[in-house]
Amino acid sequence: MTTTQAAAGPGTSRAPRRGRRGEGQRQSVAGWLFVTPTLVVLGLFLAIPIVMALWVSFSDWNGRGNPFSSRVNLVGAQNYAALLTEPGLSRQDFMISLRNTFYYVIGVVPLQTVLALSLAVIVNQRFLKGRSFFRTAFYFPSVVSSVAISLIFLFLFTGTGAINQFLSIFGIDGPVWFSDPRGLIHLVGDWIGLWNGNRPPAALENTQVMSLSLWEWLSGPSVAMSAIMLQVIWTTAGTFMLMFIAGLQDLPTEVEEAAMVDGANRWQRFRAVTLPHLRPTILLVVTLGMIGTWQVFDQMYVMTQGGPAKTTLTPAYLSYTVAFNQNQWGEGAAMAFLLFMLIFVLTSVQRFWLRDKDVARERKAERAQRRAAKKAVKA
Amino acid sequence: MNRTRRTATLALVLGGTLFASGCGGGGGFEDGSASKPPASAKGPAALKMLIASSGDAETAAVKAAADAWAKKTGNTVTVTAASDMQQQLAQGFASGSPADVFYMDAARFADYAKNGSLYPYADQVSDNSDFYESLRQTFTYEGKQYCIPKDFSTLALQINTDSWAKAGLTDADIPTTWDQLEAVSKKLTTKDQAGLGIGVGIDRLGAFVVQNGGWWLKEDGSAPSANSPEVTQALEWVQKNVKAGNFKMSNELDSGWGGEAFGTEKSAMTIEGNWIKGAAKNDYPKLKYKTVELPAGPKGKGTLQFTQCWGVAADSKAQAQAVDLVKSLSTVDQQMAFADAFGVMPSRQSAAEQYKTKFPEDAPFIAGGEYGHGPINAAGMEQVVADLNSKLEGFAGANIPQVLEGFDTNASAALKK
Repeated sequence: MTTTQAAAGPGTSRAPRRGRRGEGQRQSVAGWLFVTPTLVVLGLFLAIPIVMALWVSFSDWNGRGNPFSSRVNLVGAQNYAALLTEPGLSRQDFMISLRNTFYYVIGVVPLQTVLALSLAVIVNQRFLKGRSFFRTAFYFPSVVSSVAISLIFLFLFTGTGAINQFLSIFGIDGPVWFSDPRGLIHLVGDWIGLWNGNRPPAALENTQVMSLSLWEWLSGPSVAMSAIMLQVIWTTAGTFMLMFIAGLQDLPTEVEEAAMVDGANRWQRFRAVTLPHLRPTILLVVTLGMIGTWQVFDQMYVMTQGGPAKTTLTPAYLSYTVAFNQNQWGEGAAMAFLLFMLIFVLTSVQRFWLRDKDVARERKAERAQRRAAKKAVKA
Repeated sequence: MNRTRRTATLALVLGGTLFASGCGGGGGFEDGSASKPPASAKGPAALKMLIASSGDAETAAVKAAADAWAKKTGNTVTVTAASDMQQQLAQGFASGSPADVFYMDAARFADYAKNGSLYPYADQVSDNSDFYESLRQTFTYEGKQYCIPKDFSTLALQINTDSWAKAGLTDADIPTTWDQLEAVSKKLTTKDQAGLGIGVGIDRLGAFVVQNGGWWLKEDGSAPSANSPEVTQALEWVQKNVKAGNFKMSNELDSGWGGEAFGTEKSAMTIEGNWIKGAAKNDYPKLKYKTVELPAGPKGKGTLQFTQCWGVAADSKAQAQAVDLVKSLSTVDQQMAFADAFGVMPSRQSAAEQYKTKFPEDAPFIAGGEYGHGPINAAGMEQVVADLNSKLEGFAGANIPQVLEGFDTNASAALKK
């Protein structure tokens, strides 16, 4: 009886409505009950630590006892100011870490995306023999612990390691990778005769911007950082390859066949059919790549500890050392939040860039139409 | 309306847990600061001990010593060897229930003394004056000695005896001055081997600074003094020799530290501490070498001392027992037992003779106890020292006066905080 009345729609009689509300309440209680474990876990391990860290970033907590005790004082934006506006060692180190990571991201994200896409396209060919072998082989580095890979790379890149032995076959005298702080842009500029690396142009060296000279800003990634970049590109390309393969397998064969019938060659099909189809995957891969690279920590912790000459210092690693080794917990937490904001802004910008332009145009046209209609009504 | 209720519930859940976590762990909102008399646990106390162990030998020796004390006094001690000492110590202090007894490194000591994490107990140790004066000074913050030194190590000069003989040098040539060091280095330098390999950073270069009568900070730690003729000349003398090829920094030799360059025979001499004994025995068993005191500089003998103390937590609930444990771990006999087990040097002067008789080859290290200089131990200097070290990494090309001027600027900012 209740069901038929309820099916008749709201407001038909009072009794069924009460019944429905009771059921709804029961349902919502059950719902809450089901999500409580997740809420508690998220709250305990995510929300509360974030709130605590936010508080610490505005406080003078020195690492002893409870950060919420009455001995800890609010210091306003002092920790943020030390990182952004006050000239000093804290700002210098933070800017160095941002510079290093900027070059790191610029190098790693495009390369790993292109590499992952090429691997996916190769592995996705229907007539390739041993497909699953290659898929596993390419994916393998991603499932090995980054600490283990870091240790292997340390050995590969020593002064007398495998990489330099290999280079010496071609008569190239390889650098001592992990203790070489020279920047790549500096080296290239020196090589093409733009400047002398030992005597940088005075205009660049004497202009200070945010605690670093222009010359330091323009260094490019150091040789040591480049070795880490190679490692990261190699390890993460496998993961992203998997995402591209998923995207490629979604591509209907009919579309490709239609393009073939239209007389499109391989490259044209790739440019005009495959790539547009992969847009959401590319957006995902680039976004994940950006977030991951800005937060890079493991490699620095295991391999370089920020050296040589601070050229592999990254905000995540710096924030850790500042907090744990220097007892400046407020500054460490502030750094973490600045990094978060940076990633947030960059990801939003990049989402805006990579949005579906057709959809965006349609929506814009719709909005314009509505505005015009409103105006017309008013008139 | 539904949404507001949901938000309210969420806020309640979060708020509730927040409150619970805020109150728990730290022992309420107020934890009392360090004060005499020591907090004494009633009945048998369960002490926690956190050590930064060099290996199984050290862990076992410390455990045995702690167990012996526990048995005698009826308490219990749990010894934990930290995998990342800095991090685990910091976590302990933050949680409000740190380990009761722990190794405290000299370079980190001042920061923890400043924030009140350490319980000053040195005045309860009756024969405190038996510990080397310079070591006690290292663990003194604002005029108060906090803890007693566990042991210490100093830098000395290691010589590869094969290379030495091959270069036609004899015992009479062992360098006692800077000029002689330069001369033998030059003689020892071959195509494949540097004369003297020096580890990167001020923990090695500082020895030359001390020999030239300088130091990075004024003796009371109130102000920097690196931009002075003593420091500048010392570093420039080393740099001159690095440029001339007589000395080489370990990173030029593709080595992580001086001992590695020395062990792999990339350098004929190096400047390291007594830990090189263990490294040579384990990693380079074929290496033949001997250790002599560092040559004296223009202002006399000088070396660097590295040390740790037995820290006792200000938040410990059983400070009396913890101090008693530390006392039992610091007797002459116990220090000698540790020396036997894992090769550390006793921090007591009264143990020096016994140690020298037992380990005659270590006499040059022990001698450094008399004239060595402890590390920079002012609060807030970690970052400044790290910056200095990073600028001295490319030592041959470093602009020393500029680097030292930068250090002074950064250090005076840090010391004012």
